[in-house]
Amino acid sequence: MENAIAWIFIFPLFGSVFVALSRYVNIKLAYPISVLSMAGAFWAGVETLRQAMASPNHEISYLLGGWTLDLFPRGVGIEFRADLLASLIVLIVLGVGLIVTVYSKIHVEKETPNKEAIYYSLMLLQITGLAGICLTGDAFNLYVLIEVAALTGYGLIAIGSNRAAAATFNYLILGTIGASLYLLGVGYLYIKTGTLNMVGIQEVIEANGLTDSATMQVAFVLIGVGILIKMAFFPFHAWLPNAYCNAPTTTSCLLAPLVTKVMIYVMIRMVLTVFGVEFSFESTIWVSWMPWLVVIAIICAAFLALSQREIKRMLAYLIVAEVGYMVGGVWIYNYYGLIGSIFHIISDACMTLCLFLGTGIILHKCKTTHFDGIRGLFSKMPFTMIGFFVGGFSIIGLPPTCGFFSKWYLITGGMVSGHWEYLVVLMFSTMVMVILFFRLIERIHLAVDESGKNLGKGHGDLGLSREQTRFDEAPLIMLIPLLVAAATVIVIGIYNQEVVNQIETFLQAYDLPTGVEYE
Amino acid sequence: MSLPIIVEDVRPLIALIAPWFGLLGIMLAGEKRANLRELITFGAASVQAAVVLSMLPIIFGGSIIEFHIWQIFSNVPMLLRVDGPGLLFALVASILWIATTLYSIGYMRGLHEHAQTRFYSFFALSLSATMGVAFSANLLTIYFFYEMLSVSTFPLVTHMQDKEARTGGRTYLGYLLFTSLCLLLPALSWCYIWLDGGQMTMDFLSDTGKIGYFSETTQFALLLLFTFGFAKAGLMPFHSWLPGAMVAPTPVSALLHAVAVVKVGVFCVYRVYADIFGVDVLTEMNGQDWTMILASATILISSLIALSQDNLKRRLAFSTIGQLGYIILGAAIATDRGQGGAVLHIAMHACGKITLFFCAGAIFVATGKKYVSELRGLGRRMPITMGAFMIGSLSVIGLPPLGGFVSKWYLALGALDRDVMWVVAVLLISSLLNVFYLLPVAVTAFFRSGDTEEEEQSIKEAPWPCVVPLAFTALGCFALFFWSDALLKLAGVTP
Repeated sequence: MENAIAWIFIFPLFGSVFVALSRYVNIKLAYPISVLSMAGAFWAGVETLRQAMASPNHEISYLLGGWTLDLFPRGVGIEFRADLLASLIVLIVLGVGLIVTVYSKIHVEKETPNKEAIYYSLMLLQITGLAGICLTGDAFNLYVLIEVAALTGYGLIAIGSNRAAAATFNYLILGTIGASLYLLGVGYLYIKTGTLNMVGIQEVIEANGLTDSATMQVAFVLIGVGILIKMAFFPFHAWLPNAYCNAPTTTSCLLAPLVTKVMIYVMIRMVLTVFGVEFSFESTIWVSWMPWLVVIAIICAAFLALSQREIKRMLAYLIVAEVGYMVGGVWIYNYYGLIGSIFHIISDACMTLCLFLGTGIILHKCKTTHFDGIRGLFSKMPFTMIGFFVGGFSIIGLPPTCGFFSKWYLITGGMVSGHWEYLVVLMFSTMVMVILFFRLIERIHLAVDESGKNLGKGHGDLGLSREQTRFDEAPLIMLIPLLVAAATVIVIGIYNQEVVNQIETFLQAYDLPTGVEYE
Repeated sequence: MSLPIIVEDVRPLIALIAPWFGLLGIMLAGEKRANLRELITFGAASVQAAVVLSMLPIIFGGSIIEFHIWQIFSNVPMLLRVDGPGLLFALVASILWIATTLYSIGYMRGLHEHAQTRFYSFFALSLSATMGVAFSANLLTIYFFYEMLSVSTFPLVTHMQDKEARTGGRTYLGYLLFTSLCLLLPALSWCYIWLDGGQMTMDFLSDTGKIGYFSETTQFALLLLFTFGFAKAGLMPFHSWLPGAMVAPTPVSALLHAVAVVKVGVFCVYRVYADIFGVDVLTEMNGQDWTMILASATILISSLIALSQDNLKRRLAFSTIGQLGYIILGAAIATDRGQGGAVLHIAMHACGKITLFFCAGAIFVATGKKYVSELRGLGRRMPITMGAFMIGSLSVIGLPPLGGFVSKWYLALGALDRDVMWVVAVLLISSLLNVFYLLPVAVTAFFRSGDTEEEEQSIKEAPWPCVVPLAFTALGCFALFFWSDALLKLAGVTP
């Protein structure tokens, strides 16, 4: 198929229109249409990746509206570019979107009754926006798509409980500040370079020697800070936990794995493609202080996660810590660090998906995700728990899950670049993750409560009622997506080389230090 | 040194996945068909032992077996390789698994334990991971199975599901995951960085001595990280998890915390010392004495602690820490005979210590007693158990004609080869300490009378499935002495 990139948008965009219309025909149609359009988009995503891998310069480009590079300079029209990085991330976005859509049926019916059509419509638009962020080759267009994703995200969160409205407002304010800063930065870029096309900007910077320009510095700071706010990097994380915890279950399943990760992709894109390695790492002072900010961010987020007594909220802070990992991977300015960062985007999306799907099932079955309400769940829902803990083990970084491999590259990067502080903080947060998840295992498997007692008489009597221990697994439509996500975590781990090879091919175009000198 | 002939064979993989099929069968049979479930465990254990045994002639023939599973990194495969030391370790673990299975039946049923299906399932998983470690051909493969073992033994340690189990489990995982994720992983990463330049392949066969390319500081840092990273080896100060893990049911303490898990730790350390650093690099390295001093300190301190323990299982646990110290010491001596003695000691100590644990469990099943001071007069009522305990003690102490003597002999010879007399002195002193903390147990049982006659009358031997395995392993201690020729050959001491 020739225009695979376009189909990635056509499926969910038109899907969302049909879904919105379906309420006038039969509201039951909303779910199947959403699943079908997501399946179509996922298939287009696979096709895009395949084409990008097959093409000689490892990227494919789609010019929207029929303008051509021969007739017009870059930046006149909108270009969608899928290099290996973009097509990998977009595939993850679409895959997560597909799994969450399949999973959503029961939750959406229960939590947002009679609003299914609106809900699915927003959800498809959200995925369109996120996929667009990954694929667009135009800095201003990126802003538009960030706003598409953000606005639909506000809707998806606010549609839930009353408390969600307040959380959404908080998110909206911070999100808008972030996006505005980004836009301002793009404005500076446009003034200085006269183009909005990402590759175009880079070409102008190189041709005119703009690396010392103060305007460019300002633009870089504005864009950088804007993105950091949007990705919930530590001091700017305040919007995230409330927004994700009060949102409807499906919303948190969709937003948690994707939004922050896509924003990290944007940062990598800005740093590598738009501003270029030389400008970003050599001409700005970010390299010297970002690693330390990352250290603070990870430590604080880890402590915040430790102090939570509710699974969802704990996971929300965990995401903030993981954001620190990936930002650190970029700013230690090292080849391995960047591999780790990019690979961690992929693996973190998969494992966060696992955890949130599992949490959704716990919420569905137990009506709570508080630590007190999950005692002895293992005997009740063994398969759900296995899926959940595959995600947990991956966050800890146990082999052969994909989390191990991304952490492996991050550690390697920290080591060869001499950023020992980053290495130490990675170790620290790994141990915090161990505590977080084995504390859950103690409650779920050992059925002990806060004080360590299990209220039973020992020898298998856990002090639980028959009701609590009887085998009562989640409905298949929720369980299968979870197990698929868990399998993905392991499969990506086992076939990590296939992914890493693509990332390495992508990074070959950039002049990054490996930090190792062989004799 | 010429490379041995490499035979491609699927058998190591079969030994690895036999427990997985066992696991499947165990789960399907479940709590309701307990006899079938135990039969399946037997089946898996026997298949594993048979497969491991069948590889013996090939290894004796001077070749090694390899099997390539999958590519972890583009330049590091997940590779299984069977060589002498690996096979020796696998042999010990798989044969003792059969004995432990029989013992578990007696123990678990005798005490009416709950969740036995889970118990047997994770037991099988642990054995699969143990085989993986024994047959690993490179550092990364060994790390994978090492982590798998940490996680799969956690449900066994916390089997009782109460507060004590929680504490034990926390210590267990805290130590093991901290060391493996925070010390070992950076060390592995460091080796990985040098893959591209061809300096390292992380392979045990082709990497020996390559670490000599690194600077002195790096070498020393790596030695430090590897030695402490494999905390399953119980080297002080990372030993506290082992006494903590004694909250587990006794079959777990017996097979896992005297044979499989702890031996995995020391085996990993041995691999790193012998096959990554290599004898030449290790002897020339500045500051390498330090590992010997550390191991010696562990031996002496843990023996002293063992003296003061009244809880029998805890006393045995501290004894295990000391005996693991011997193995690390042997590996650190870095002479052929010293390292051979270390490998031998894996087998010899395994057989002796599992007997002691079996006895401790049998006493608990028969009488409910856990403390050494309560054992007065038991010898007359439980002659087989206490007799086996005596034999096991003597073997651990290292008297002929028992297995423990051979390995200690070679450790001492290795120390003489290296010309470190103080190591020999440490070996002698610690043997004396072994006498002090092990013999009183049997002596109390045989030569001191119990509190009351009626209480004594009511005691009889534990159920036969408990007694047969411990008699078998006690005889095994003799057998190991008389068959030490073959073991020496496997350990690479004699060609």
